[in-house]
Amino acid sequence: MARLANIRRQLAVFFLILGPGFITAMVDNDAGGIFTYSEAGARYGYATLWTLIPITLALIVAQEMCSRMGAVTGKGLSDLIREEFGLRTTFFLMAALVVVNFANVAANFAGVAESLRLFGVSPLVSVPVAGAFVWLLVVKGSYDSVEKVFLVASTFYVAYVVAAVMAKPDWGRALEATVTPTWIPESAYLILLVGLVGTSVAPWMQFYLQAAIVEKGIDEKQYRDSRVEVIVGCVVMSVIAFFIILSSAGAIWEQQPRAIESSAEAALALRPLGEYAYILFAGGLLCASLFASSILPLSTAYTVCEGLGFESGVNREYKDARVFYGLYTGLIVVGGGIVLIPEFPLVRLILVSQVLNGILLPVILVFTLMLINRKDLMREWTNSGLYNFVAYGTAGVMIVLSLALAWFSL
Amino acid sequence: MATATVNLERLVYLTELTGMRLEGPAGESIGRVREAAVIPGEHARRVARFLFGSRKTLFQVRHDQVESISLDRIVLSDSSFTPYHAGDEHLLLDRDLLDQQIVDVNGRKVVRVNDVALRIEQTGTRDELWVHEIGVGVQGAFRRLTEGIIPGSTIRKLQQRIPPNSIPWEYCNIVEPDPQRRLKLRITHERIGELHPADVADIVEELGPAEREALFETLDDEIAADALEEVDPKIRPSIIHSLDDERAADIVEEMEPDAAADLLSALPDEESDRILEGMEDEEAADVEALLEHHGDSAGGMMTNYFLALPQDSCVADAVTQMREQDYLATGLTHIFLIDDDERLVAAVPVGRLLLASPDQPLKPLAFRETVRVDVSADADRVVDLFDKYNCYALPVVNEVGALEGVITADDVIAVLNPDKG
Repeated sequence: MARLANIRRQLAVFFLILGPGFITAMVDNDAGGIFTYSEAGARYGYATLWTLIPITLALIVAQEMCSRMGAVTGKGLSDLIREEFGLRTTFFLMAALVVVNFANVAANFAGVAESLRLFGVSPLVSVPVAGAFVWLLVVKGSYDSVEKVFLVASTFYVAYVVAAVMAKPDWGRALEATVTPTWIPESAYLILLVGLVGTSVAPWMQFYLQAAIVEKGIDEKQYRDSRVEVIVGCVVMSVIAFFIILSSAGAIWEQQPRAIESSAEAALALRPLGEYAYILFAGGLLCASLFASSILPLSTAYTVCEGLGFESGVNREYKDARVFYGLYTGLIVVGGGIVLIPEFPLVRLILVSQVLNGILLPVILVFTLMLINRKDLMREWTNSGLYNFVAYGTAGVMIVLSLALAWFSL
Repeated sequence: MATATVNLERLVYLTELTGMRLEGPAGESIGRVREAAVIPGEHARRVARFLFGSRKTLFQVRHDQVESISLDRIVLSDSSFTPYHAGDEHLLLDRDLLDQQIVDVNGRKVVRVNDVALRIEQTGTRDELWVHEIGVGVQGAFRRLTEGIIPGSTIRKLQQRIPPNSIPWEYCNIVEPDPQRRLKLRITHERIGELHPADVADIVEELGPAEREALFETLDDEIAADALEEVDPKIRPSIIHSLDDERAADIVEEMEPDAAADLLSALPDEESDRILEGMEDEEAADVEALLEHHGDSAGGMMTNYFLALPQDSCVADAVTQMREQDYLATGLTHIFLIDDDERLVAAVPVGRLLLASPDQPLKPLAFRETVRVDVSADADRVVDLFDKYNCYALPVVNEVGALEGVITADDVIAVLNPDKG
């Protein structure tokens, strides 16, 4: 009995803090991610699946450090950067983050437009409505309820598992390819690999996760449970990515390998396999895009205002937090507006957002590493030697990959 | 709020001070200022030490070695320097203030320091530098971003176009987390304790855990308890963790029993037991009685601080009781009448006592009907009753009708508005 009670207690604690790590990982599979995974499956079948394991490891390392820093210092990443590296560094970093996240927000509104177009809704209707919905949800609702809505919504990702099963991929080959590194000497393959990494480990997540840990009041004592949740979230994220790749590998690559222009194309390819697979895929895309369009502008506004010392938070009056509301609203209005420009190259936009993510991420990782190894901030919670080795290794690989991607795509 | 009375020509910004030339009596160059220290124990505003040299070996100039200060140089009256060793009581403006969070006591919020304005103050034949105000707005940020990139005189011209946003030094409170430097807290302007507990709570929420701990160390038990009641429930446990058990018990003791019970039920069992043990027996018993109820039930919402009298009491008895239990006085809206088995009989609005003579029996003063709620009723039921009967205080009774506690309007508002903590 005591043992059972213990397990129940642990489960209760787990659900209590279920949130930051899990949500971050869920938002990570946003419109850009879904497109990249679909593209990977459509063009190269199972040949990119092996990257998911190292990507998961890198993601865990990056996220675990930020959640640990949040729990131990009780401060957000932008606060710490401001306090330890000064205003000028923070200012330029925040300016870069706004630009990068702006591209991400636009890419997700593009996802909303694409998915609802599949259901016959014009972007001229869907994007403004989605923008207004997101804005009202966060400003008029409460953050806790927003979080709950999305936790429930994230169960919608099961859609991809179903879609993948309906696409009838070659499961044996898929599993083998997951553990066997493959190399195809084509520049398009390299670009795709870098895109996969860039879309999975994004700079905004580092800020968002750490801020969410702080906001939840998780401290050192609860940190162990929180770490489990971060790891589970990262693994689940990769499993979903796995099934998205399989969907388009089964539906497109097995018939005729080709490059696709949008996620909608991957959804359309599922249509002959059954109406439901198509609807599930499109619904998953809509859900992911809306989720990310809500969290990204909010997280950006928080991060920037905290770092630069402006008042922030949706529970403040407009007149007290003008910069916060201005930035939040601006990101939604301009990010959504740009999608409505006729003939706007949306695929290019997604690619650019990933390149920008990839360029900024190593910078953020280096700052994270410098902070997390400081005894005066982290006390006994600094990185171990081995951990540092892995973390610096990740940062190093990211730098090389990002430079490669920037070189190829710009 | 900027005190604009000071001539701009007599203001030196910290970004200008660091890097300013130090000149000896004969006009020889001695070095450039790297850092400035205020010793609040001696003087709340005066820069007591100017530091120069290299990052590794710093030398200091005392304020009484300074002859004159202008916008581009500091001239010294003698050139004997000693190596600088950081003292506990020194507040280093660049290290401890710039980019850190401070509490703006007047605006009742936490702000981040962008720049520090110091004013040249003539005392006798010498010039001193006094901390004037703290820049927290765009003007200060603009200085920081452009310093060293465009000439200082141009920055001064341009910044005048930006509306200033600064806090006079006397309203700044520095919450210094480092245990070795804790002394500073006591010697800066201790005004936080004079704020409304709800404002203290807002400030607490915005600080990091170390600063929270430091702040709670300086508050007296009663204010700490009031503030803790207002703090977001999510961060209450971590505040209690950071305090030692004895101090935690002292603070919890001062809280309303219902708030204390809410707090303790969010802690691990061992910890809440230790805190209960540290409390006075009577207060601990009140809290323990409440801990038995489920948090979302009427029992979980109620407090057991209330005034109940035998049903045949008169106004004078009530007044005597109120004087004896003076801690109940704030927020007391009703006096409850009970029979010999402690069953609730009636509720008398306190206001009616003022109109009655001392020997008037209480019972006729009561409402005709006494609204009550069962101890196991859920929160929705409580809210409905408050709404329907326009209650200020709702008595809670057990299965046999005995009075167990009272739910007050503020508890209901907390249920209706959970986001605000």
